[in-house]
Amino acid sequence: MSSPATTAFRPTPRPAGDPPPSAPRLCTPRRHTAGRRPRRSVLLTVLTGLVLLYALVPLLWLAVSATKTQEGLAGSSGLWFGGDFALWDNISTTFTYNDGVFTRWLLNTLLYVGLGAGGATFLAVLGGYALAKFDFPGKRAVFAVVIGAVAVPGTALAVPTFLMFSGMGLTDTPWAVVIPSLISPFGLYLMWVFATEAIPTELMEAARIDGAGEVRTFFQVGLPLLAPGIVTVLLFTMVATWNNYFLPLIMLKDPDWFPLTLGLNSWNAQAATAGGEAVFNLVITGSLITVLPLIAAFLLLQKYWQSGLAAGSVKE
Amino acid sequence: MTTLQPPVAARRRPAPAGVRKSRRSWTAWGFIGPFAAVFTLVFLAPVGYSVYLSLFRDRLIGGTAFVGLDNYQQALQDGQFWSSLARVSVFLAVQVPIMLGLALLVALALDSGRLYGKDFFRIAIFLPYAVPAVVATLMWGFMYGTRFGLVGDIEDTFGVPLPDPLSPDLVLASIGNIVTWEFVGYNMLIFYSALRVIPHSLYEAAEIDGAGQIRVVTAIKLPAIRGALVIATIFSVIGSFQLFNEPSILRNLAPNAITTDYTPNFYTYSLSFSGQQHNYSATVAIVMALITMVIAYVVQLRGMRKGA
Repeated sequence: MSSPATTAFRPTPRPAGDPPPSAPRLCTPRRHTAGRRPRRSVLLTVLTGLVLLYALVPLLWLAVSATKTQEGLAGSSGLWFGGDFALWDNISTTFTYNDGVFTRWLLNTLLYVGLGAGGATFLAVLGGYALAKFDFPGKRAVFAVVIGAVAVPGTALAVPTFLMFSGMGLTDTPWAVVIPSLISPFGLYLMWVFATEAIPTELMEAARIDGAGEVRTFFQVGLPLLAPGIVTVLLFTMVATWNNYFLPLIMLKDPDWFPLTLGLNSWNAQAATAGGEAVFNLVITGSLITVLPLIAAFLLLQKYWQSGLAAGSVKE
Repeated sequence: MTTLQPPVAARRRPAPAGVRKSRRSWTAWGFIGPFAAVFTLVFLAPVGYSVYLSLFRDRLIGGTAFVGLDNYQQALQDGQFWSSLARVSVFLAVQVPIMLGLALLVALALDSGRLYGKDFFRIAIFLPYAVPAVVATLMWGFMYGTRFGLVGDIEDTFGVPLPDPLSPDLVLASIGNIVTWEFVGYNMLIFYSALRVIPHSLYEAAEIDGAGQIRVVTAIKLPAIRGALVIATIFSVIGSFQLFNEPSILRNLAPNAITTDYTPNFYTYSLSFSGQQHNYSATVAIVMALITMVIAYVVQLRGMRKGA
């Protein structure tokens, strides 16, 4: 079963003068166009539509609820607008409440994502390229260790990592969140599979014969061909870092360093504490603001990451 | 252990002229080195330290003492640990098949080419994956509520009292629903990506042989994506055993239904950060890691053997 899958993404050698392929060719020869097109089915569409509703109704609830005041939340149906339209109020209150701590959390999250996801992607691209295109001593060991690590539960690492970082004086600093985020075994695996397919070895050989060093070959030959894979890995490491809760929960005590996830949860928990003010409308509006950037990124970049993921899909 | 196969092409395609065979050199360590260094710091060192910690115990008098495998013995007799493990096992047995089954059905529907608006379906069903577990849990937690949630709405509209999703009896199912919502689209995408690279010629051959849709699915599509199914199962097993975020966040809304030893992960967290029992917490985490790895390995072996 393997050969068709692998050849499907293999960039075909092109005559000189053609523009270089910016992506491995995945989508162009859609197989259904070759034969007869299957008939569309209303029944199947309706059934799949049920799953679609399941996926979207909670998001609709979130968007609708973000337009309501705290009183409106209790007094109106969850899936339609109440009499009050307080979205703009809610947004401005979210950003100004408690001396604008939400803005701080947003900036923290951006910092963690920038350094963590950016760094994780860079390391995964370098490593995946090495695994795909070189034979080197220790290669099998690298594979076994990294894949085995995927199965280790988060808490098996969390406690000792916390104690180690605590000993190094790194807890309660951004580094405690950023450094563990730098490793993405899934990203490494995806880059490995992708680089194997996307970079023709002949092209690297040609670059070397022309006198390019390894670094230059990587940047000028490898990187451009890896673009869709890089976008994919970047998106998935971004989601992992943006959505991370457990790691910052352990590492951070000072709310000034919280990411959005931790901050939102602290706002929600505040209602349950003695004398704490319930701010459910802010929790909901803040949640919406937290979700939107990632959804936007997925929608805008879908062409790239879906082709990158297809190449990474595991074949037997 | 190896849960994933090396890329197929790397193993089976005859090496193209050049690199793979002839140049076995240390050059590549320049590229993999940075990953390896950070990996050592944030994965290997903590694992080693964890094992070290598990061999000691804090005593009220005399400080930390080496106790050999005593902590492990304690863990094996720890009722709280076993009941939390039983809970995630039930969760695993019910939630994972539902989630993966649903994901597979949607992936097959997308791949059949019979849907109107296929691209919209694909991207929209995937979107919940982009929602942080914290937000997903808060959101569903509110919706579960009777005060301004959907459950309350339904009760008001139809005048029927519904069971409380946050009651001790139902809260595990409610968590299962949240996790399913978060990951059904992600798994669908994995399956769909695997489905779309099956060569069309196989379908044509099946058609000539007179195979119907169902037969094509069972005889061609499912065997072809077995690798993806096994991987998704393994990741779901690991995910179930690591369950932490959803119960810990939902605890604010259902403090009576969710205890601090609700899942093994929650238990180790509570031991370590509320109880200050770092050594015992590390032990429980290691036991859990071993159990997870054994089960992931068994899933992989079974999944691969079926095809042989």
